[in-house]
Amino acid sequence: MSIIAARKESTPTAHVADEPHAEASAGDSAGTAPVATRGQVDITNVRKSFGATEVLKGVSLSVPPGGVAVIVGPSGSGKSTLLRTINHLEKVDGGYITIDGELVGYEVRGNKLHELREKDILKQRTNIGMVFQSFNLFPHLTALENVIEAPIVAQKRSKAEARKRGLELLDRVGLKDRADAYPRQLSGGQQQRVAIARALALDPKILLFDEPTSALDPELVNEVLDVIRELAKSGTTLIVVTHEMGFARDVADTVVFMDQGQIVESGTPQDIFANPREERTRSFFSKVIEPAFNI
Amino acid sequence: MSAIAPPATADTAPPTPDYSEYKLVPARHPWRWVGTVLVAAGVAAIAWSLVTNPRWEWGVVAEWFTAQSVVNGLIETLKLTAISGVLGFVLGFILALMRLSASPLLVSVSWTFSWIFRSTPLLVQLLLWYNLGYLYEKISLGIPFTDVRFFEAQTTTLISQFAAAVLGLTLNQAAYSAEIIRGGILSVDQGQLEAASALGIPAWKRSTRIVLPQAMRAILPNAFNEIIGLVKGTSIVYVLAYSELFYTVQVIYNRTQQVLPLLLVATLWYVVITSVLSVFQYYIERHFSKGALRTLPLTPLQRARKFFTTHVAATPTKDAR
Ligand SMILES: Nc1ncnc2c1ncn2[C@@H]1O[C@H](COP(=O)(O)OP(=O)(O)O)[C@@H](O)[C@H]1O
Ligand SMILES: [Mg+2]
Repeated sequence: MSIIAARKESTPTAHVADEPHAEASAGDSAGTAPVATRGQVDITNVRKSFGATEVLKGVSLSVPPGGVAVIVGPSGSGKSTLLRTINHLEKVDGGYITIDGELVGYEVRGNKLHELREKDILKQRTNIGMVFQSFNLFPHLTALENVIEAPIVAQKRSKAEARKRGLELLDRVGLKDRADAYPRQLSGGQQQRVAIARALALDPKILLFDEPTSALDPELVNEVLDVIRELAKSGTTLIVVTHEMGFARDVADTVVFMDQGQIVESGTPQDIFANPREERTRSFFSKVIEPAFNI
Repeated sequence: MSAIAPPATADTAPPTPDYSEYKLVPARHPWRWVGTVLVAAGVAAIAWSLVTNPRWEWGVVAEWFTAQSVVNGLIETLKLTAISGVLGFVLGFILALMRLSASPLLVSVSWTFSWIFRSTPLLVQLLLWYNLGYLYEKISLGIPFTDVRFFEAQTTTLISQFAAAVLGLTLNQAAYSAEIIRGGILSVDQGQLEAASALGIPAWKRSTRIVLPQAMRAILPNAFNEIIGLVKGTSIVYVLAYSELFYTVQVIYNRTQQVLPLLLVATLWYVVITSVLSVFQYYIERHFSKGALRTLPLTPLQRARKFFTTHVAATPTKDAR
């Protein structure tokens, strides 16, 4: 059983120290000092089965506040399932997940973990933004309405305040002038950027991306990756599942390679891409990276 | 291989003629015009027979069309349709949510409800409700198996003709609308619910703000079918001697013996109601197609206005601006 915990305590400080002033001068809404103090994710020995097949076989992973973890691995290896356990869209069968020390989806009573009531789970989810491969924008709402729906309905913010913030966020993803367009009137890349703005509207500590560019035409991939790159500097913790190895190399603090429901190995991009220790990692990259770099 | 033409390059391809001065002519549809003429001729023939055949007795129709008793009957019909339509669809929505819930109890209650009310004739249901007093003399609310009663009444005073009619129509309608609404909800992509719960939106709001507005596109055509069916379906309550439109004209023609003209009076009113409902249907469907189409088609009014401005009123208006 190869369970490898990817703990990198030093990352946030190192990450922020890279660009101490660039953030403040950019007037980024993430705050003046992007010293990330929230958004620590700890996944401990998580198991999950669908029927008889065990999809997650004891996965442990830590991402420090403001860290960027990129999860790669073959299709069906359990990446999406792992991501979905982090906001309790998928219930775990064993193990537990904490965010800033707070259990996700459960509370301790006596020596048992009791599942939280729906209401409390929904409240926890407002701390965790999620961006889907298929965007899942609400097609009957405009871009701006998509962004402000959750702040108004789930966080009970005033409509005026939500609109103001919504427009700021659309501006941040470069779509302020498309605020009144319906999703079907937008390109795939634009839709995904609206979806990112929608996830940001709740001011989450953590953002989860499940293959955010896999449904896009190649020429639209970069406009979405650029937005995520920008977010990586803002001090929000990011966990990204992707097949874009170039992006992983540039942006990740930690690259996690998953196969058959396990984390095979994890480390800095240099470690994982240049000197993979495990044979499975090496053979995966030989299939994924080389064709891409030969083009 | 040799069949493939060589790629056109600047020096081999013949120069393309310049078409920039040509006028575009849309395709013509001559058969449409032939069809239109045939249909128009048929319609004219029928209209002619309606007007010239004296046995239709249009004078009698006109006389009774707005008579007080007929209008009263019409109002009762509209009242029954509105009340049982609204209550039926509200109950149907709740039944649909029950049927789609994770609770086996709610699922089976909802399923059984639909099974019972869809498998018994409406006529029987209505007569059963009206004759409930025969089966149960008193209706009371209290603690079962004790003598404690908070409320008690004679069944016959409680269930009037109107109550029996509304009860029968509503419950029957609910069973059918539940299935229509369930079908609509199932047509919405599962990812929508997932995205909404990931955003922390509560279950009730997910249903009403995210799923239902999208489900409406699938629900509305069937729902209007049901409502239009209900308008005419209310005529079945004549078995309770309830004086809605159909019962009213029956009473009148039994007295005057002018059967066909009076049936025509009722029919014309049903046509009027259905036509009004169809207009509502058009605009409501249009409202809910927001975002589903890249551009909304023009309404008939907008189309007429566009036709008028482009074809009838020519250029002078431009200069006036
Ligand atoms: N709801 C589900 N029911 C049954 N099997 C599932 C379900 N979701 C995922 N799986 C299975 O779990 C495995 C891991 O899936 P997933 O996490 O989506 O992999 P990845 O995102 O790495 O491609 C796959 O074999 C998939 O078929
Ligand atoms: Mg996946």
